[in-house]
Amino acid sequence: MNWTKKDLLEIKDLTKDEILLIIETAESFKEISLREIKKVPTLRGKTVITLFYEPSTRTRTSFEIAAKRLSADTINISASTSSFVKGETLKDTGKNLESMKPDVIIIRHSMPGAPHILAKILKSSIINAGDGAHEHPTQALLDLFTIKEKKGKIDGLKIVIIGDIMHSRVARSNIFALKQFDTEIICCGPATMIPPYVEKLGVTVEYNINKAVKDADVIMMLRIQKERGGISYIPSIREYAVLYGLKKAHLENAKKDVIVMHPGPINRGVEISDEVADGEYSVILDQVENGVAVRMAILYLLTGREQ
Amino acid sequence: MKILIKKGRVIDPKNNIDEILDVYINGNIIEKIGKNIKEKGGEDFIIDATDHIVAPGFIDVHVHLREPGYEYKETIKTGTMAAAKGGFTSVLCMANTDPVNDNRSVTEFILKKAKLEGSCRVFPCGAITKGLKCEELSEIGDMFDAGIIAISDDGKSVKHSGVLRKALEYSKIFGIPVISHCEDTDLSQGFINEGIASVLSGLDAVPSIAEEIIVQRDIMIAKYVNATIHLTHISTAGSVDIIGREKDNYKKITCDTCPHYFTLTEEATLKFDTNTKVNPPLRSKKDVEAIKEGLKNGIIDIIATDHAPHDLPSKDVEFNLAASGISGLETALALSLTLVHEGVLTLSELIKKFTVNPARLLKLPYGDLKEGNTADVIVFNPYIEWIVDKNTFLSKGKNTPFHGWKLKGKNLLTIVGGEIVYRDGLI
Repeated sequence: MNWTKKDLLEIKDLTKDEILLIIETAESFKEISLREIKKVPTLRGKTVITLFYEPSTRTRTSFEIAAKRLSADTINISASTSSFVKGETLKDTGKNLESMKPDVIIIRHSMPGAPHILAKILKSSIINAGDGAHEHPTQALLDLFTIKEKKGKIDGLKIVIIGDIMHSRVARSNIFALKQFDTEIICCGPATMIPPYVEKLGVTVEYNINKAVKDADVIMMLRIQKERGGISYIPSIREYAVLYGLKKAHLENAKKDVIVMHPGPINRGVEISDEVADGEYSVILDQVENGVAVRMAILYLLTGREQ
Repeated sequence: MKILIKKGRVIDPKNNIDEILDVYINGNIIEKIGKNIKEKGGEDFIIDATDHIVAPGFIDVHVHLREPGYEYKETIKTGTMAAAKGGFTSVLCMANTDPVNDNRSVTEFILKKAKLEGSCRVFPCGAITKGLKCEELSEIGDMFDAGIIAISDDGKSVKHSGVLRKALEYSKIFGIPVISHCEDTDLSQGFINEGIASVLSGLDAVPSIAEEIIVQRDIMIAKYVNATIHLTHISTAGSVDIIGREKDNYKKITCDTCPHYFTLTEEATLKFDTNTKVNPPLRSKKDVEAIKEGLKNGIIDIIATDHAPHDLPSKDVEFNLAASGISGLETALALSLTLVHEGVLTLSELIKKFTVNPARLLKLPYGDLKEGNTADVIVFNPYIEWIVDKNTFLSKGKNTPFHGWKLKGKNLLTIVGGEIVYRDGLI
């Protein structure tokens, strides 16, 4: 199949075939990062802008490296240095950037639907790098890529997502993506952090972490989204760490070959213990590595789409 | 002016009229209603209303005219033009202007402006509390003397139960209703319904109980002090339930809903179209069904628009930042006629919710077509199909989620006090 979409805004928009196309394309790109000369000319002459209204280390760097390895020119804009602080609206910022003829604008924003505003009015391809608690599609795609790489498949797996699911765009995008496959998804966390009506997405809710991780193939940990008020949903970090921090003992109930994932940044000793984060089951750094390949694939597919 | 409207289907629920009749308007009154009224000569207009409905002018108990203070969103002039186009001959305008209508001078300003520039009757609703701050009562008596006919802090709930109690007690002196916007703001820190929409979009949500808790509270206080309470823009199944139950043993409760609450579900918000952002938010399918059922069984007395016009910059931003509200006056009739086309209401039942019931609530001498009454009359066609084009709105507020919708039913003629204030070329 061929890619036809201008933008990557939500996993909800994607078909299973489109998800698989991205993963397959990423598989072929992964090798480039292992070469001595880590660069191919695929996107030479293309301009990629990252427009970040929220802090980011991994995602922004990952996108920039992905674009550079494909020979695109990259420009990074963050809210603190942009006209945002002078009161310019998102729409006006987008229109002004478009005047300089970028091919792709990658946006991260604290408010759901912000990338959609740009997608609607701009000719450039828009990639959602996280919009509030809504979606983080490239994270979910790199997570699926990693799961497929480690497990050889996605169908038939039991995946447990643990933490502040209410405020997590990573959880949402992963649920939407994994539901396209034959998977069992358990959401685990304090009742205050489980979004009401989440079971309508076809997932099961389990408050007890010991029960949740039983026979799990994949455990995805989430941090507390302090920037979205997550902290007021629990009595204390201390109690949270006791009840929902993933410790080595929990893994004994999971499948023998369980993998532990985390989109980062991790809060050691809160949602994940050192021994798990750095342990043999952890694939956290593989996720980061795969992020570059997946983002290369997405940039390649969007800019080379069939018009 | 003399106007003869011939051969229309005259529907006047208050006087139990529903038949093909002629209506003769002389000066500002309805002189005669009957079969085959002869022309006397000297008529300014003779209108053939064959296949059309002739009804009392509609009364909207909930509009925002935005003047004074927000003239860039709407003015009394443009808002009443939109009202006239929509078939409304009287509107009750809410107090959340700038300055707030919490004193005689603002009330007088609104009435003076309306008299000079209005296309329909404007009745101001006074603020319950000074500055809508929920601290001290406004000078309700002084405003009543100046012309308010109801009080409301609409846009906000009266958060403090003690203040609301005093307002309800005080309203009895003047015999005016307290109109309640029901929202527990401790629970409603969000932008859309808590349900499938919030779980899919990640937007902060407003649960239905945020409305229902206040519906129940306000009714309990009104009942306790024996005052008249009107609950506006009801949107949830739970509210319909509570109101239905309470109405059985206390008669001074009425409520209204708006066309968007029986037309759209929360799923309309999923594309982040800020024109679907409204307070209370669009609800679930189950709620929409309950609202329709409430309209059918009479628990919901009135259809109001909550006409909330906004300028483009207030809406053309991120969903979180966008202002709430829908510009509703020019689509209300057609959207409500869907209830008739779907068999939920008869035409007469629908007209009642736009005329007799609001007139009774506000104690207005309008809303029916009795001979000798003031001639507030509309003529509409319930079957004409048209496509909503926000650019043709007379309201300054182009904020509608219905742009591009094909609707059935259109108001064609509006007469206020014997004067034609709106006429569509089709008639």
